[in-house]
Amino acid sequence: MAPRFAASAAEAVSGIRDGATVLIGGFGNAGQPMELIDALMDCGATDLTVVNNNAGQADAGLALLIKERRVKKIICSFPRQSDSWHFDEAYRAGEIELELVPQGNLAERLRAAGAGIGGFFTPTGYGTLLAEGKETRIIDGKGYVLESPIHADFALIKALRADRVGNLVYRKTARNFGPIMAAAAKQAIVQVSEVVETGGIDPEVVVTPGIYVDTVVEIGGTNR
Amino acid sequence: MSTTYTDTDAPLGKNELAQLVAADIANGAFVNLGIGQPTLVSNYLSPEQGVTLHTENGMLGMGPEAVGEQIDEDLINAGKIPVTELPGASYFHHADSFAMMRGGHLDVCVLGAFQVSQAGDLANWHTGAPGAIPAVGGAMDLAIGAKETWVMMGLFTKQGESKLVEALTYPVTGLGCVSRVYTESAVFLIGPDGVSVRSTHGTTFEELEERLPVKLARA
Repeated sequence: MAPRFAASAAEAVSGIRDGATVLIGGFGNAGQPMELIDALMDCGATDLTVVNNNAGQADAGLALLIKERRVKKIICSFPRQSDSWHFDEAYRAGEIELELVPQGNLAERLRAAGAGIGGFFTPTGYGTLLAEGKETRIIDGKGYVLESPIHADFALIKALRADRVGNLVYRKTARNFGPIMAAAAKQAIVQVSEVVETGGIDPEVVVTPGIYVDTVVEIGGTNR
Repeated sequence: MSTTYTDTDAPLGKNELAQLVAADIANGAFVNLGIGQPTLVSNYLSPEQGVTLHTENGMLGMGPEAVGEQIDEDLINAGKIPVTELPGASYFHHADSFAMMRGGHLDVCVLGAFQVSQAGDLANWHTGAPGAIPAVGGAMDLAIGAKETWVMMGLFTKQGESKLVEALTYPVTGLGCVSRVYTESAVFLIGPDGVSVRSTHGTTFEELEERLPVKLARA
């Protein structure tokens, strides 16, 4: 089915309900879908489980969702940063649950969800605190840890351009988690700088095929 | 290359150490430089070496830090610093980036450390201090991913304790993964037979034997 084209970020996120699991793209500010996150703030959904590489920076985007205690649990690799004060405060107050995941395992768990993989053995984290309580196996003399897929209700991601069937291209390192999050969520909501007609993106350079994309909203902005 | 094995009378400064690491990287290698001290290594890689830098947030062919008009918020490194792209660069998503690493396609990864054990175990992600908020990022993936993991660190803590240890007291990042340790005082090689000293800087093999809690051999 062709994606829905929302008239605004608010309309794009209007289906997100309390208790949803939401994947949010971006690594630092690169690829962070700021307008969609702001719209999620405004729509009032709470008790969210959020998956992102970080736990918000400064006083914008995800950091504000955490500040307002709308996130009950965060799954991420690198919460502690010089400007993660809202997360730090919520965490120290015991008001947010943290599942800390090595970055490559986070990416692969998302990929597994989108690819229908029930779990996988990875060497990352073997013998560490982050593997405690998990099944392990020695394969060809090397230790591996069983990791599970991360499924989600929604993904909020940012791409450079979409066509009318939802094919996406990204820009530089803003690609980061976008393609795997789009595939891992039941509904992928994408903000783009521009929408072009079908056929306007060379099929050879499509990064995320439209099959993974459910909602697109054109935001404008960076279009270099 | 022979110069890299030379002992010196003075300890090495951070830039000299970075220069030493850079000279040890093979021509044509694919390399990931960790955040902090390892980043300095890129300043000493010569164009003739043809080294390609990987950054785990999804890029090969990373160029120097961006300045002025080059700064682009969509082009950053793993430390979230704006960088540039070199001809031949490529972008890919996070799962591919870590598959590239975990799959053994990178030749060398250079990381900082709190401690390295004589078995090559690495601690660099968490002090384990009560109340500290843990953050791991790509540290555990980097530690075990590349064909070789090298560490750059000060050999001693501020209290004068050796950071090259018999067994880790900090939480583990990866087991048996470190093959070289570059410090201001010496370069150590770690292999199946234990730790050997490749060169000394401002100290001697005998002094190191006395101060370090691990058995040392001459490389």
